[in-house]
Amino acid sequence: MSLQMSREELLHTYKTMRTIREFEERVHTEFATGEIPGFAHLYAGEEASAVGVCLHLDEKDSIASTHRGHGHCIAKGCDPKAMMAEIYGRKTGLCGGKGGSMHIADVAKGMLGANGIVGGGAPLACGAALTAKTLKTGGVAVAFGGDGASNQGTTAESMNLAKVWNLPLIFVLEDNGYAEATASAWSVSGTPVKRAAGYDMPGVQVDGHDVFAVAEAAREAVERARSGGGPSLIHVVFSRYYGHFEGDAMTYREKDEVENLRRTRDCLNLFRERVGEAKLLDAGELDAIDAEIKTLIDEAVAEAKAADMPDPLRDLETDVYVRY
Amino acid sequence: MAEIQPVVMPKFGLSMTEGAVLDWHKAEGETVAPGEELMDVETTKITNAYESPVGGTLRRQVAREGETLPVGALVAVLADPSVPESEIDAFITDFQANFVPPEAGGEGEEDAPRAQKAETPQGAINYLEAGGGSGPPVVLVHGFGGDLNNWMFLQPLLAENRRTIALDLPGHGASAKQTGSGDVASLAAAVAGLLDALSIESAHLVGHSLGGAVTLHLASTAPQRVETLTLIAPAGLGSEVDADYIDGFLKASRRKEMKPVLQRLFADPSLIRREMVEEVLKFKRLDGVDEALTAIAEACFPQGRQGLSYREALAGLSCPVQVIWGEADIIVPVSHAEGLPEAVTVTRLPGTGHMAQMEKASEVARLIEGLMGRA
Amino acid sequence: MSKKSFRQAINEAMHQEMERDPNVILMGEDVAGGMGAPGEEDAWGGVLGVTKGLVGTYGRERVLDTPITESAFVGAAAGSAITGLRPIVELMFVDFMGVCFDQIFNQAAKFRYMFGGKAKTPLVVRTMYGAGFRAASQHSQSLYPVFTHIPGLKVAIPSSPYEAKGLLISAIRDDDPVIFFENKMMYDDEGEVPDEAYTIPFGEANLTREGKDVTIVAFGRMVNLANQAADALAKEGISCTVVDPRTTSPLDLDTILECVEDTGRLVVVDEASPRCNMATDIAAQVAQDAFAHLKAPVRMVAPPHTPVPFSPSLEDAYLPTAAKIQEAVRMTMNAAQREVA
Repeated sequence: MSLQMSREELLHTYKTMRTIREFEERVHTEFATGEIPGFAHLYAGEEASAVGVCLHLDEKDSIASTHRGHGHCIAKGCDPKAMMAEIYGRKTGLCGGKGGSMHIADVAKGMLGANGIVGGGAPLACGAALTAKTLKTGGVAVAFGGDGASNQGTTAESMNLAKVWNLPLIFVLEDNGYAEATASAWSVSGTPVKRAAGYDMPGVQVDGHDVFAVAEAAREAVERARSGGGPSLIHVVFSRYYGHFEGDAMTYREKDEVENLRRTRDCLNLFRERVGEAKLLDAGELDAIDAEIKTLIDEAVAEAKAADMPDPLRDLETDVYVRY
Repeated sequence: MAEIQPVVMPKFGLSMTEGAVLDWHKAEGETVAPGEELMDVETTKITNAYESPVGGTLRRQVAREGETLPVGALVAVLADPSVPESEIDAFITDFQANFVPPEAGGEGEEDAPRAQKAETPQGAINYLEAGGGSGPPVVLVHGFGGDLNNWMFLQPLLAENRRTIALDLPGHGASAKQTGSGDVASLAAAVAGLLDALSIESAHLVGHSLGGAVTLHLASTAPQRVETLTLIAPAGLGSEVDADYIDGFLKASRRKEMKPVLQRLFADPSLIRREMVEEVLKFKRLDGVDEALTAIAEACFPQGRQGLSYREALAGLSCPVQVIWGEADIIVPVSHAEGLPEAVTVTRLPGTGHMAQMEKASEVARLIEGLMGRA
Repeated sequence: MSKKSFRQAINEAMHQEMERDPNVILMGEDVAGGMGAPGEEDAWGGVLGVTKGLVGTYGRERVLDTPITESAFVGAAAGSAITGLRPIVELMFVDFMGVCFDQIFNQAAKFRYMFGGKAKTPLVVRTMYGAGFRAASQHSQSLYPVFTHIPGLKVAIPSSPYEAKGLLISAIRDDDPVIFFENKMMYDDEGEVPDEAYTIPFGEANLTREGKDVTIVAFGRMVNLANQAADALAKEGISCTVVDPRTTSPLDLDTILECVEDTGRLVVVDEASPRCNMATDIAAQVAQDAFAHLKAPVRMVAPPHTPVPFSPSLEDAYLPTAAKIQEAVRMTMNAAQREVA
């Protein structure tokens, strides 16, 4: 597998994955204190997918995300502090506290929203790709979705439509092994790559713990999309470290399943090993990034907790319409 | 005079198909002179006092107050007191038996005059022609925000005796929305452009409000084209103008905003009906109208004042000129009728607002006929 | 100004807006006439010919046929709207919202609020509604109350060719998602329509009749029936105000209340099923805000609570008619006079 990334790209990749990990681990801890309202679905363990794909995107490109969307947000450039405030439901949140964990979005950055509906994002990504194609912006769109979403009619419809309209679009199917508590090995019939082939769409399966593998597959798919070659599918296989939602005791999983994964297949550890072996970055540099990110997330949590809640009198009824 | 004379539901303007007799001004048995107000007629656009076209004793109110009847339906019967009741009854029975109500939008509408467009160097000008005859026609020029329908009561009266042409100024009605500079001279050029397009050498001009300034401009720059000039509450004779009206008209996009603005035009604000407001809004909703009206308002009424005076020009005119003004006009004050050249006849109409040609159509028609008789 | 059909008015609105704004695109089943088919180009222009001629003028990059996959293309329209286009999407029959409703009510309707005001969704969903076409239960419903219920959506229901053109242009220029309801029985109705582009503001009711005895509020095609009823009642000496709200969201409740205050009696005519429809909503709001002005109970004229039937004898009995409206008005006139404080 190619390691052809510039030094800047390597540093960016590690730093972004670490930011997501630190962010999610911290949400996990803070959630347990009861201070975070509502649901949170954590991306820890899956960082290589969001970062490996978004490495090839810029602000003219759009992504549609999922209920497990914090990682996609950070990888697409959303501000982690504003995200944390949003998760705490604060006025300073990225969406003013009106969206929460499941609806974090930053349209200006091409992040079209985490999504509370499984399979909800693929049609939207088709639309973003259509905009890029119609306005000839040179942009592409990415539809992130899980193994659960892969079975939704919206995904099937969108794959067909993307091919029929020849859209600059990449379907990234993040197969973390479980749709809620049900195993993808049971719920997904056939294989996603063959499904893509059924639509005459290039498809590839990659190891989702290996950011270089994801990045390589994404590079090819994004280039195809940008050059008018139409949609592709990337089937990313990996696992998540936490439950479907925070509070999920994960009794449907094997007892030491996550522990083994953390020890042997962790995307950050694998990255450190690979760049160490190839003598591309030294451990001290990476340790410094870890420390920097820890401080950032500490600040994010402290600032979020200190921030004001939205004002019921002023904020409840605004932002429904542009004009009504 | 043993003759029995019917009074029928009048047709105000092109689109009226029916009207309601709101209330009677004369009781049965009272004498009615021609031109005397007989009843109030309410249409969906406006309520108007209807002046009896004939004289005699009102023998029968055929229409009940509040009753809606088609245009042409019998509303009253006038006759000498000597005519027996039985003859009146027989007359009504006979009239009703033979009356065929006009079908709305049906075949009968074919002969009705229709607005049409003429191409001029200032763009397409929409106009409505009615009446005929060989003499110079009457050309009717509306004011700011108006259109050819402002003459809906007056034009049919004038058209009985001669050719009449009511036009939409640029930016107004169905005429082109590009206004050029939008000043009085450019509007006058459009009127001249229409005369050229219709091969009319000279005409009797009637200008209302801003249309008054437009016709004054034309009369002073091309006097050979003007037989007589009638100015109704004209702009151009003073500096005041009701800025609330101009601003309100420009800004209003909803019924509730527009209705009070239009009500300023009439001495009796209750005359304004739903459909008149809706028609003005229909015009204002068209793309380009806001820009056109804004351009005209800025050019003609800068800072809410009248930009140009035609008092001097008026003094230099050789054609017969008259000024007609409602005493209750709050748009352009009637005081502007003071101190005009002696040759100019001034008629002040009591209880009348800015829209004398609608509020007092018969009287205005008689005044115009009178002036044209002097030409 | 010239006589145009409801269909022509809608077609002209799309033509003029596509001409004016290159970001306006159109998509839907067969709207470009049937892509890939071997016969003539632009054969259909949508199932009832409303989009005919657009693909020839604006090309296949802006007029897009879709597979029969409503979730994907309605969602794509929403996604294109938040990223810079102004899509008009034709959802052939509103009954098909069942296969794409998530994209409308969970996605498009909510972006702006969920994203803290940092998204615009200038999306128009044009869709056919209404019974009378012998189209049976899955192609005849009047589902506008369902969409009216959703905050974030606007809902327009034109009652004439003039209204259709002006409201559609307003919808296309609007920065919020609009569901635009076209009654399939009205496509050949004719009326005077200006040739120029024009807009009709949302949330401003139109009074198509003005009277003093009874207020009739009606929507879409029902406005025409209400007008017929009002004209017939005028001959009996009952004068009615007819209110066409034009949009159910936003709803011009002020005008309805003012008319009820003037007349003291209210009849609401709604083609939608009778539970939780616009009639029940307006009756409730009038009861809350104008109770003291009511001289008689509010009456609702709506179909029975059944699916739309197929057989002509049943469907004709199902629909509100001018006669049913007249009967309801007479009932409000004859109701025992209540002492008004």
